Amino acid sequence: MIVDARGLRCPLPVIRLAAAARDLAPGDQVEDRWTDVAARHDIPAWARMRGHTVLETQSLEEGWSTTVQIGAPAP
Amino acid sequence: MTQTRVYLDAGGRAPLHPAAREAFLAALDSGWADPRRLHSEGRRARHLLDAARAEIAAELGCRVEELHLTPGHTASLHTAVLSMAAGRRRAGSVVVSSAVERAAVLAAARQVDPGGLLVPVDAAARVDLDAWAQAVARPGVALAALQHANGEVGTRQPVRQAVEACREVGVPLLVDAGASVGHEDVGDAWDVLAADPADWGAPAGIGVLAVRSRVRVRPVLPEDEDPWAPGGVSVPLAVAAAAALRAALTDRADADDRRRGMISDLRRSISAVRDVDVLGDPEDRLPHVLTFSCLYVDGESLVDALDRRGFAVGSGSACTSSTLEPSHVLAAMGALTHGNVRVALARETTIDDVERFAAAVGPAVDSVRAMLGAGEL
Repeated sequence: MIVDARGLRCPLPVIRLAAAARDLAPGDQVEDRWTDVAARHDIPAWARMRGHTVLETQSLEEGWSTTVQIGAPAP
Repeated sequence: MTQTRVYLDAGGRAPLHPAAREAFLAALDSGWADPRRLHSEGRRARHLLDAARAEIAAELGCRVEELHLTPGHTASLHTAVLSMAAGRRRAGSVVVSSAVERAAVLAAARQVDPGGLLVPVDAAARVDLDAWAQAVARPGVALAALQHANGEVGTRQPVRQAVEACREVGVPLLVDAGASVGHEDVGDAWDVLAADPADWGAPAGIGVLAVRSRVRVRPVLPEDEDPWAPGGVSVPLAVAAAAALRAALTDRADADDRRRGMISDLRRSISAVRDVDVLGDPEDRLPHVLTFSCLYVDGESLVDALDRRGFAVGSGSACTSSTLEPSHVLAAMGALTHGNVRVALARETTIDDVERFAAAVGPAVDSVRAMLGAGEL
């Protein structure tokens, strides 16, 4: 699944990602595309708070993309 | 119902201490003349300036010849880095600093050495001492810079161990104590120490820089009678800085206990707000600083929502700064950079203020989340 949050200001890239992640199952992957540089720090921080794993961050022709693997739901 | 404003953004610009105001006004009358002139009026101003320097030097534990006044804290840090580097040109041009130093230190360090060494910090913003020792021992290091405590998140740095690592390899250490002096004892683990009068309740517009006589420095500004503040500093500001420091130190122990307790209570109540990360070391910290980041909230809207509820707070979020870059301190800690709120209690802050603030945070955060459609995430 891909979320395109390019052009959106922080914290919207994380909010869009979280909204997409809500419907995914543990182990699923979601790719968030962003241009606001705060997302570079905030996607990993969100993943840590929610128990997800950041797999990689790559630069795109426009902006960057960060791929996250959904973790087990909090007990 | 109208409630009084609560000012919780005292870091770097505390409300004016009554003793500072009184001393400033008195010195406007008696110390307005140029202290470099030889007539009676000039000598009276010189006398006030010398007394202020002597008092600040005594409080910081240095000799009066080692104590310099500057145009402000940022100027202190710029000049300190540049003149220490110039004094050590033969040793090299590498500036080692923690990744969470004040922007003024990092900017001056980049000017000396665009490829400077940034030493990483842990999740509480405390510098990695092993990496620090390795960095300062590298060849070509001119100076190292480490804050006494981080003014954004409150965490104290291990300056004692850091200065030992520097002494082993003969590298001078600049300690930015701008967030600490006036609030707690900064000890003597420094070669050059910068302190910020505006942070302890004096008017802004003057800085303090102590340079141990053993440290080799070279002036970096055009020649002037006062190489640390070309043209000289304002005498009334110097007098006010000394008076505010004396007043702050007189009841520091009490103020420290009281504010330390209020921050501990605040840490507990803010932790209970959903999806909020309370940052910094819970114990080994400044008495009066607390920072937290709220998921799915933008800092600007949150500062605004709290302002409308009567509370003035700071923020390290990108959207609240002019640069559009989030705080490098939060980034280096791996903390959430959006939805950030920074609280620095003033000496006047009461328990009632803090309790009202604690009660206001949850609803303010909820209102911003609802506005951004993130209420249910």
